[in-house]
Amino acid sequence: MRTHDIVIVGGGPAGMAAAVAAYDAGVTDVVILDREDGVGGILRQCIHNGFGLHKLGRELTGPEYADVYRKEVEKRGIKVYCETTVTAVSQERVVTARNREGILKIQAGAVVLAMGCRERSRGALNISGTRPAGVYSAGTAQKLINCEGYMVGKRVVILGSGDIGLIMARRMSFEGAKVEAVCEIMPYSGGLTRNIVQCLEDYDIPLYLSTTVAEIHGKKRVEGVTIAEVDENRRVKEETKRYIPCDTLLLSCGLIPENELTRSAGIPIDPITSGALVDENRQTATPGIFACGNVLQVHDLVDYVSDEAEIAGIGAADFVKNGAVTGDTVQTKAGNGVRYVLPQCVHTDKGNDVALFMRVTQPFPKVRFTVRSGDTVLATAQRLKAAPGEMEKIVVKQDKLALAKEPITVSLEVL
Amino acid sequence: MKRNLICIICPRGCAMSVEGEGDNLTVVGNACPKGKQYAIDECTHPTRTVTSIVRVANRVDTMVSVKTAAPIPKENIFDVMARIRATEVQAPIEAGTVVLSDIYGTEVIATKTIK
Repeated sequence: MRTHDIVIVGGGPAGMAAAVAAYDAGVTDVVILDREDGVGGILRQCIHNGFGLHKLGRELTGPEYADVYRKEVEKRGIKVYCETTVTAVSQERVVTARNREGILKIQAGAVVLAMGCRERSRGALNISGTRPAGVYSAGTAQKLINCEGYMVGKRVVILGSGDIGLIMARRMSFEGAKVEAVCEIMPYSGGLTRNIVQCLEDYDIPLYLSTTVAEIHGKKRVEGVTIAEVDENRRVKEETKRYIPCDTLLLSCGLIPENELTRSAGIPIDPITSGALVDENRQTATPGIFACGNVLQVHDLVDYVSDEAEIAGIGAADFVKNGAVTGDTVQTKAGNGVRYVLPQCVHTDKGNDVALFMRVTQPFPKVRFTVRSGDTVLATAQRLKAAPGEMEKIVVKQDKLALAKEPITVSLEVL
Repeated sequence: MKRNLICIICPRGCAMSVEGEGDNLTVVGNACPKGKQYAIDECTHPTRTVTSIVRVANRVDTMVSVKTAAPIPKENIFDVMARIRATEVQAPIEAGTVVLSDIYGTEVIATKTIK
């Protein structure tokens, strides 16, 4: 069995940023394993712009953003194994993978999980109707169009107003398709406001809120869909059903962290984020195994994926050099108006500021977030608005963190 | 004339409003100077960066992603798209290579390297 100090599972934006950060923290024996034929992950098919404004201070397309990190990886001589699929990770940090040469077993000093996420499929959505061709997840259509040059349809309905669906509405319009409607089952969009403006409003594509696809029609190919409004329990209102002829239905109904390896390794998962439970270094409940990027929590922006991956990379390097972090920890909890808080547990005695990340349960106007431990207020933050589609970050200063003896709760109040 | 718009420069998505006529525009609601510039541009001559793909003629099922090197007038997007669609390139091609020149004062460049 070969050995490496740090093995990174996945060569997307998270894996690459974690590798670079670990190397720069002084652990140079780092390898990246990726199942595709090159690094970059999902960015390879995200040809639109808007990446990197926060992290790199300039606006790039997905492939360009990936290239920035690919060059950093190459510059450091970090070895990348492509077309290599990891099939198992053990509690003892043995990583099993397979590629054309056969089975590969690596004893890792530390492991960083950076597998990203997958799209929710038609099967998981329970849409009734026939099973014709022409139903795609938005990301599949994106890959077919942008990487292989295969146009998936001419007349399109999109279910779900997540960012990929919005981006694909514009992309399909650019390529000459008619996007008839974007339907969103929730009373608000899950996508970034700017994407609603620049992808839908710019091209007069209607967005129907509290509306879903009730039925898919067609034998060989999609011939149309029945859309309908839903009530507050998300049940179809029969009287609002109407038929839209189309040849393609794109599904953009949420992303799910791809944690099969994590689960098989026996690492506990947070039921809300669907990612591993981690501490502030992004270490999972298994010492020496870290997680970052969309496999940990689904992000809105790749810039924040890179930030999170750097934390995990530095954490992994520290584990290799100094062993597991010990000391006092407290749990974090989501309070009023907050859906989840990550990390789920924090060391309080390390003398470092810790950033907490969270999503709210529904859109709010002006709010104040309060971070408390028992009766002690550790931090507050005001926002002019808050929406589930936009992750919030609140930093707790080290001197306040040291006061936390009870679980840390983040809650919000509308101002 | 008052116009409400949402800034698309960054994910913050500031809700802004623009009032005034001609060169005399007042912007409120922007959190940064980029937002003010965007609001004024949007009311006088809206522009967008266009991103798309171009077929790589000497590779099977391979596309290279491209973008306009600078934003172009919004009303010309579909004209630029038509010109992009009529283009083919040969591999190898480096990210940054000019694919089409003389595109409304800018050019279309590759954003991916195909070896």
